[in-house]
Amino acid sequence: MNKTKKQGKTKYLILSILGLTVFFGIWQAAVKLGWVSERSLKAPTDIIQTFIYKLTNKSPDGATLPTHFWFSLRLALSSFAIATIIGVPLGWFMGFYKKLDMLLNPIFEIVRPIPPIAWIPIVILTLGIGFQAKMFIIFVAAFVPNVINSYLGIRMTDMTLVNVAKTYGATDWEIFTTVCIPSSLNMVFTGIRLSLNASWTTLVAAEMLASTKGLGYMIQMGRTIIRPDIIIVGMFSIGITGALLNIILNLFEKKVAPWRYRD
Amino acid sequence: MEVRKNKIMVENLCKTYHTNSGDHEVLKDISFNVEENEFLVLLGPGRCGKTVLLNILAELEEQDSGKIIFDGGRPEMGNIGLVFQKYALFPWKTVMGNVEMSPKLKGVDKATRQANAQEYIDLVGLHGFEKHLPKQLSGGMKQRVGIARAYATEADIMLMDEPFGALDAQTRYSMEDAIINIWEKNKRTIVFVTNNVEEAIYLGDRIILLSSRPATIKKEYKVDLPRPRSYTDRAFLELRNEIVANTDLDV
Repeated sequence: MNKTKKQGKTKYLILSILGLTVFFGIWQAAVKLGWVSERSLKAPTDIIQTFIYKLTNKSPDGATLPTHFWFSLRLALSSFAIATIIGVPLGWFMGFYKKLDMLLNPIFEIVRPIPPIAWIPIVILTLGIGFQAKMFIIFVAAFVPNVINSYLGIRMTDMTLVNVAKTYGATDWEIFTTVCIPSSLNMVFTGIRLSLNASWTTLVAAEMLASTKGLGYMIQMGRTIIRPDIIIVGMFSIGITGALLNIILNLFEKKVAPWRYRD
Repeated sequence: MEVRKNKIMVENLCKTYHTNSGDHEVLKDISFNVEENEFLVLLGPGRCGKTVLLNILAELEEQDSGKIIFDGGRPEMGNIGLVFQKYALFPWKTVMGNVEMSPKLKGVDKATRQANAQEYIDLVGLHGFEKHLPKQLSGGMKQRVGIARAYATEADIMLMDEPFGALDAQTRYSMEDAIINIWEKNKRTIVFVTNNVEEAIYLGDRIILLSSRPATIKKEYKVDLPRPRSYTDRAFLELRNEIVANTDLDV
């Protein structure tokens, strides 16, 4: 049983590697055989070269890749952290207290569908173009999924479990903390994952506000100076980091809510 | 024969649900007594209102009219043990965490409540599984946790809502033996709801047969068979046939 499982795993690993190889192989061929102009797209091998070059060199966009990276990571993660710290408890309370729900839900429903990018003009007028302004754009994007999912998590609590706690003498607050919150964690983590994703993917939009650093900024600069390799290094940096953050979050979730995984 | 005092007296209980599609009368003039330390079975066809009756006893719902009188006064919330058909275990808590929940909510200190919980975990035969999560247990084991948890409330009244309904036949038989064993070792007043005639006769001191909706009491049977009972015993089968002939079909 264990052996076949292991064999299956290697088989899938081979498939994954095959997928990546074919993808980059076709790309490489497309550029090197001249199907696509090198002015608009660079081959993967050139991009790796640019990546290595950018690790330590500031030209042509003004900062090294690690500088861009840390700037973006700090921006995305601090906005994400604030959005989670405020959003999750707000969703919990709205889910549990009907009055709070009635009070806040209408505002939330109106604000919710506004895409983060649509906030940019008003943010420029009120907060300017500094770090806080960028943080706010990302915060808006990261806040919404946190609230919605935590709210739904509370709402979806199994009534039988609530009844069990009730018959065992739990107060409302105890039901909230010992039944509703733990059973909402499932949804809360979905929200946090979406929120992390949103904060990372909104980076480029937020860094459209006057920047001198950041992966989003680097991508913009790559377009201005017509350097597709710089653009793609920036894109892949965002993509790979996003995937890594997701993996870290999964590990964290398994630690915090192990009852969903262990069997 | 010892005369036991009444633990619960239910008098003329009625309950109707008002919904958009009209009124649904669920309970109609239900009156019965539960004696102290008795194993009373409420037997009725599916969806006849047994669960509603139990919920009213547990104060999770309110009756429209009628009275429930408890010997010594209505127990406070937290002083009735409930066992549910779908186990209703907290998936994020271990076996120990589930069983010690009620005393924990009452503020019993950790050492005391865990020692008590351990006793009930041992009583239901789950020694060694204290640190397991519900997910790691079979259906029968889960319901053993449910029973231990209800016992750990230290309530002298236990309400069980089709606790073995979700189990396969084999597990169900062994759980029926288990509950009788547990109850004989540690007597409590049990109100056990089921739709299974054999289970009712196998377990009950007394069976109250309910009609289909609205639930009324059709008949009361005293089961005078010695324990352990046998499904193939002649008296058992005669009683079974009698009850079956009297049972409404769930349409």
